[in-house]
Parts: sequence; C-alpha cells; structure tokens
Amino acid sequence: MLNSKIPAGSLDKKWEDYKGHCKLVNPANKRNMEVIIVGTGLAGASAAASLGELGYKVKAFCFQDSPRRAHSIAAQGGINAAKNYQNDGDSVFRLFYDTVKGGDYRAREANVHRLAEVSGNIIDQCVAQGVPFAREYGGLLSNRSFGGTQVQRTFYAAGQTGQQLLLGAYSALERQVALGNVTMYNRHEMLDIVVIDGKARGIIARDLITGKLERHFGHAVLLASGGYGNVFYLSTNAMGSNVTAAWKATRKGAFFGNPCYTQIHPTCIPVSGDHQSKLTLMSESLRNDGRIWVPKKQNDTRKPSDIPEDERDYYLERRYPAFGNLVPRDVASRAAKERCDAGYGVGSSKQAVYLDFAFNMDRYGRIEASKRQLSNPSADEIRKLGKEVVAEKYGNLFDMYAKITGENPYEVPMRIYPAVHYTMGGLWVDYELMTTVTGLYALGEANFSDHGANRLGASALMQGLADGYFVIPYTLGNYLAGEIGTKAFSLDHPAFIEAEKNVQSTIDKMMNIKGTKSVDHFHKKLGKIMWDKCGMARNEQGLKEAITEIQALRAEFWKDVRIPGDANEFNPELEKAGRVADFLELGELMCVDALNRRESCGGHFREESQTDEGEAQRDDANFAYVSAWEYKGDSQFELHKEALEFVECKPTQRSYK
Amino acid sequence: MEHYNMNLTLKVWRQKNADAQGKFETYPVSGISSEMSFLEMFDVLNERLINEGKEPIAFDHDCREGICGACSMHINGRAHGPWAGTTTCQLHMRAFKDGDTLTVEPWRAGSFPVVKDLTVDRGAFDRIIEAGGYVSVNTGNAQDANNILIPKDDADAAFAAAACIGCGACVAACKNSSAMLFVSAKVSQLALLPQGQPEKKSRALNMIAQMDKEGFGSCTNTGACEAECPKEISLTNIARLNREYISAGMTYEK
Repeated sequence: MLNSKIPAGSLDKKWEDYKGHCKLVNPANKRNMEVIIVGTGLAGASAAASLGELGYKVKAFCFQDSPRRAHSIAAQGGINAAKNYQNDGDSVFRLFYDTVKGGDYRAREANVHRLAEVSGNIIDQCVAQGVPFAREYGGLLSNRSFGGTQVQRTFYAAGQTGQQLLLGAYSALERQVALGNVTMYNRHEMLDIVVIDGKARGIIARDLITGKLERHFGHAVLLASGGYGNVFYLSTNAMGSNVTAAWKATRKGAFFGNPCYTQIHPTCIPVSGDHQSKLTLMSESLRNDGRIWVPKKQNDTRKPSDIPEDERDYYLERRYPAFGNLVPRDVASRAAKERCDAGYGVGSSKQAVYLDFAFNMDRYGRIEASKRQLSNPSADEIRKLGKEVVAEKYGNLFDMYAKITGENPYEVPMRIYPAVHYTMGGLWVDYELMTTVTGLYALGEANFSDHGANRLGASALMQGLADGYFVIPYTLGNYLAGEIGTKAFSLDHPAFIEAEKNVQSTIDKMMNIKGTKSVDHFHKKLGKIMWDKCGMARNEQGLKEAITEIQALRAEFWKDVRIPGDANEFNPELEKAGRVADFLELGELMCVDALNRRESCGGHFREESQTDEGEAQRDDANFAYVSAWEYKGDSQFELHKEALEFVECKPTQRSYK
Repeated sequence: MEHYNMNLTLKVWRQKNADAQGKFETYPVSGISSEMSFLEMFDVLNERLINEGKEPIAFDHDCREGICGACSMHINGRAHGPWAGTTTCQLHMRAFKDGDTLTVEPWRAGSFPVVKDLTVDRGAFDRIIEAGGYVSVNTGNAQDANNILIPKDDADAAFAAAACIGCGACVAACKNSSAMLFVSAKVSQLALLPQGQPEKKSRALNMIAQMDKEGFGSCTNTGACEAECPKEISLTNIARLNREYISAGMTYEK
C-alpha cells in the first residue's frame, strides 16, 4: 500500500504543523550522520549546501567535471514566487491553484501548497547569496509573466535565470566543501543503490576517469539526478542528462510515478537535419512579447514579411482570447502541431510556426520615443528603439537563435516547433520526498511530485530549490532522528560486495558484446519510436507497437552494440551505453503507462480522449490517481495507485479561453 | 541562408591519458553540412571511427547551448574557434569553407592537465571558488528580497560579470595562462552588490592566493582573455579585481 504521509489538518496548515512536530537531530549527532546526494543541479546543490550547513557529513556526486555544469544551468526564463510584489492579486493560494490547474489536476494538493508557501523564501535566499536578478530603476526586483497565469510572478536574470540560481547554489555548496562539510565527487556516476535490511545505505559509483568502481556508505541516499527527456534522443536536455540513477533505484524497489507525463515545450528551434544532436529551447518568456502565427493559406511559400496582417492567423489569440500567447505549454504545443498537421506550417520542413516580435518591438519603440519626448519619430526610429528594449530582455536568446539558424530574429520572425523539454514523471515520493525504499529520497525533476500532468513555466526552478533548500532539511531529519544509533556500515558488508559485483558484471557484459552498431545508433532508433508513438499524441495501437519495437531494439542492443576502448579508463562511449541501456527499459515503461492511462491530461494526449474542440479530455472517474509502477523483472511492471483527492481545487475542464 | 556541404581536413590532438605522450592525428571528413554545429561534425567523425573499430575522440560537452561551459576546444589557435562571443558547441560549420584544414587542441595550460584527447581537468576553478567565491549566508537566514535595494545599473553590471560560464577559455587564450578574468568575474559580481560587501576583502585576497597556488600565471593586460571569452566578460573586471585586491591588501586585518 502506498502511504503518501500527507499530514492531517487544513491545507494551509499542513506544512507549518509538520515543521512544528517533525523529529530533530541534535548537532552532535548530525556530525556522525552521512548523507549521499547524487546530482548537483538546483535540487542536489541546494540540498548539499543546506545539509552541510546543518552539520551532516555530505558526499555529493556528479558526472560532470564540475557541479556548476549540471543541466539546471540551462534554464532560461525564470522562477515563480508568490511575492505579489506587483500588487496584481497574487497570493500563495493563487500560485497553488494555478499549479494544480496547470498540472491538469493530476498533482498532489498538499505538495503543491507547500511549494507555493516556500516560493517566497527561495527568492529571499537567492538574493541574499548575491544572485543578480533583473531589477527596476528604483532598485526593486522585476517580474514578468509565464504561461498559465494572469499575474506577473516570475523573477528572472535575463534569459539565464537557471545559470544564476545554480551558480548561487553551487557557490553555497563550494563554501561547504571548503568547510569540510561536503565532499565533492566530480566525474562520478552512480550505478547502483545499496539496500541493507530494507533501507538505502549507500551507492556504487564509477570514477569516470579511472573506470574504478567505488563503494560509498550513507545513512540516507538522496537522488537529485534530473529528468529523463533524453529517452527521446532529441530533446532540450543536455547530452549527459539521463535516467540511470532513478532507474537503478526503480530496479531496487523504488516505484516510478507517472512515467508517461512528458512535457513538450512549444517554442524550440526546429530540427534542421539528420545530424541533429539536440534541440534548443527558446524561453517561454518570449511569449510575453512574441506573437505566434501561421499563414491563413495552406502551403503559403511567401516570405513572412510579404504576408499582410489580414492573411495571418494568430491562432492562439484566436482560440484562447483570455490567455492568448501565454496559454500553458501543453496547449500551445498541441495547437502548433494541429496547424502544421493541417498544412499551415512554415519553413522548408513545414514543421514550424512563426514567433514574431515586430508588433511589440514597435509598441516598446513608441513608449521609448514618448519617454524621450521625440516628436513624430519615423517608423525606423521607433523600430530601432524597440529593438533595444527587446535586446535587453532577451538578447542572449536572440543571439543563440541567430547562431544556430543563421537568421536575424530582430528582422525576421523566429521559426519554432515543439520539442521534448521536461519530464513531470519520476520516482514516486511521499510528502517527505522519500521513495518506497526507506531512506532513499528523490528531489527536483527526479521525483514525480508537484507538476501533475503538465508543468507551468518557471516552476521547475522553484521546485528544485524548494526541495533542496526548504523541504529536505526538515523531512530528512525526521527520518535520521531514528537512525542516530546506526553506525556506518563496513564497505565490506555483503550487500556492498554484491552490488559492486552486479555493476561490474553488467559493465563486463556490455564491453564484451563487441557488436557492430554504435550506442548512438540505438539511442536514435529508440528516440524515433518514442517521438512517433509516445510523443505529443498517443493512441492504443501506436503504444502497443512501440512496446514491441522497444523490446526488439533492446534485445538487439544487448547483442550488437559496439563499445570501443576499455572499461578501466575514461570512456564516454561506455557511459553512454549504460545510460541508453536504462532508457531502453524506461521507454517501455513509459509506453505501458501511457497505454494504461486511457484519458488525456496535460502533456499526455490520448487521441481517443478529446473534446469536440480537440482539447484534452480527462476522465476523473477512472484516472484521478498517480500511477506508481513497481519493477518486477524484465518487462514486468505492477501498477499501484495513489488516489488523488482535491479539497481546495475542484477539478473542472481546464479552460484558457 | 544558403546551405552547402564541405570536405575538411582535421588535425586533432590525441592523448590516451594524463601520463601518455600525445600527438596530432589527421582525419579527412567529407559531406559536412554548413548547418551542423562544430560538435555535430565531431559526432559524425566519432561515429565513423567507431564503425572503423577505432577509438572515438574524447571531448567535454553537455548542454550544447552555450551555457554549461563544458566544451573546450582550441580551434585553429583560438579558444572556441573563430566566432566572437561563442562557445564551441554554438560554433556552426558555416564558419568554414570547403577544403579548410582545422587544427583542434585541448586547452593548453599547466593548471588544466589533459585527461584524454581534448578533455582537460578544470578542478582548479572549483577550488578557487571554494576559497571565497560566495556570500556566507546559510539557508533560512535571508530577509525579504525587496529589502535590499540595488540600483539597476549595479545589478546589470553584476549580472554581466556573473554570466561567466567557467569554461577556461580565458586561461587557454592567455600567453601566461592567467585565470584573472575568471577570478575577476566572480569578485566583481559580489563587489558590485551590497550582499558581497562584508567579505569583499578576504574574498579578493583568498581567491587570488588560491589562483597563484594552482599555478595560473600573472596578468599582463594583453586582453586576449576578453577577446576570446564566449560570454564577452569585460576586461574592466580585472581592473576592479586589482583595485579590490590592492585596497584589501592595505587595509585587511586578520
């Protein structure tokens, strides 16, 4: 039975009550307790720093050459917080409500409310660290809007918010490294969890430089290893982002929650050819000032500047007048796909729509001209002034677009198309962020908890830092208070020996295949199956086919993959092979989950379940639950259900009209 | 923009590990599209090497959107190649033409030892940050964010410095292998903000001391670092660091 351990009491008192009553570990005992943290993105770095400050002995692991390179660094647009600095009616309740609704009523209310409650503290903490958020001339913090909301609650640092927040957490982490409270293991990859008497007690990690396997003990193990979007091969994730840590945990008994919930982000640079290795996001913040349109005529090959205003279809503004270009990501992505599938796409591939800044550049230009008291400014002058405003807000994004496409987005509209960006699914955790393995926790994107079936923009950074700075320091103590009598286990304990032996034999097996196809060959094939059949639209037949195809591909991988070099050296191909092997198992589970969920919700769109207007049709009577899958062996998964109860946000058909 | 295909000759530094002797290997590559990124061209070459039963070229890379700072190739004598303000991963093949010969090396600096081929160890940068690249504030101690007023110009200048991605191009570009641009970016960010004031003296002194200990060279103001920095971190940050360092040296009492 799943026990989500949601505290009793009214929604807005649960976290307060929990904090008031959870068990504590005194400072002397904290010094004897070891905590392992896998991953150093926003969740991992903030947890490592905060737990180090509290006095725990922390060991943090990352596969990159420095914790500062974790993929949180690439988050662009911003971080939400219910500060109501703009006096526009925001509150903790509204942030909570928007997030539950945005998640299409598939998130746990209690977790989301806690997230909204601590959101303000995150901003305070980051500012105290010296994170240079954007500011107004009066010296106060600046805000902008993101999709699915009607207030301005997003804090940002140009288009590099993730970078600035991560460098803040990283510097706090390095401070603890200097103080001796955190030991950092760079270029290390976790390859198994060690479970002793039903409790997580350590990990097996591979030193990626020497190839040596290492055993590490911890009284508790925290996974903050990010999401699994790279199962699609092409995504906005970093090349190294992977599911391995979470998947090893799944194989050791941690249930995997809602694996089919994938976020397809509406505004990415379209695929340009077969050589493509990754996709690049253009921040959602651009939809504050960019208007999305396609020609009203099918297969229109005219240049965008030659298409007059009345022959353009601003389809988001047409279909969703209340939210316009700022509808949530799942809605915007599906609308783009619908237009392209119907033959209105633009660019050489016809798999793209325009994101056009001309209108708002001129609007800003007129404001600037007015501020400077210019009389009768020419259209060129107005455009020039407007460009300067837009450059200040989004300069780095425009530069990135120009470098990748060779086109100047100040002159011609951007061409964009949806791409895999984030995974709402992840390890199932209770209110305390503990998985179904005692003493094993999952934080940030690695868990399933807060975003339901669709994450709102600027909420991933909020969740990662909430988990690391403000949730785990309390909930971990509540567990470790019962472990103060537990001495560190010997690294020669049979469970450590056994786990290391299993990891070694998997590596040996992989190295000894000596087949004919590269790891990327298999990864690309898996990605194509997932995108075609478990991507933006899914149906029963496609998912069934996908499951069969993935099983066959997995069998072929284990017969025919070629990994050059040696296991006892720096070997990036071997690293990739291990990650792709895990994706080949996870991909199947995603399809199994998508097949089971015969409703549409958020990013999960089952073609069989849609309204007359083509919107996602939920089935609350049958599917208002979290799917938590238990691994039972090769292709064997057992479904456990956590019923979702909605007290404050009564589920309705989500409308952004 | 017109697309075209090209054939190129690559001369790439190959080195088995930190202790091995390295050398250049020559690889002809053909059918490279001008739309590819520089690293995608390496993907194509590596795929071919694997299919030929050879070892692929090891290089650091991760986000491939110019922000993680992992990629680190010295291309035709320039850190991150010919485009200004661009990381290797954002460099695209339309920067080159059919028939070009490209020489690709790892960062060359004693403080960044080679791990394998084009991959180097930049752990020294983490240790410099450990020496003081932070504000000493524990989680939970913060006041309301809007209680700290920061003039927009100061916030913008701090952000411009904080945009450093820690890739090490500044060191690689410098004839002295100096890390002054990297150190100055962090010292400047925090010196420009009120939050950084209480520790500004010890920060400047300790980070410089660690930089020297790591074996980075001195700054002789040639400006190569600024010219090659993919995030266009300004040389004025080094001037600010010098000011901070000298004033701290004269007034700091331990």
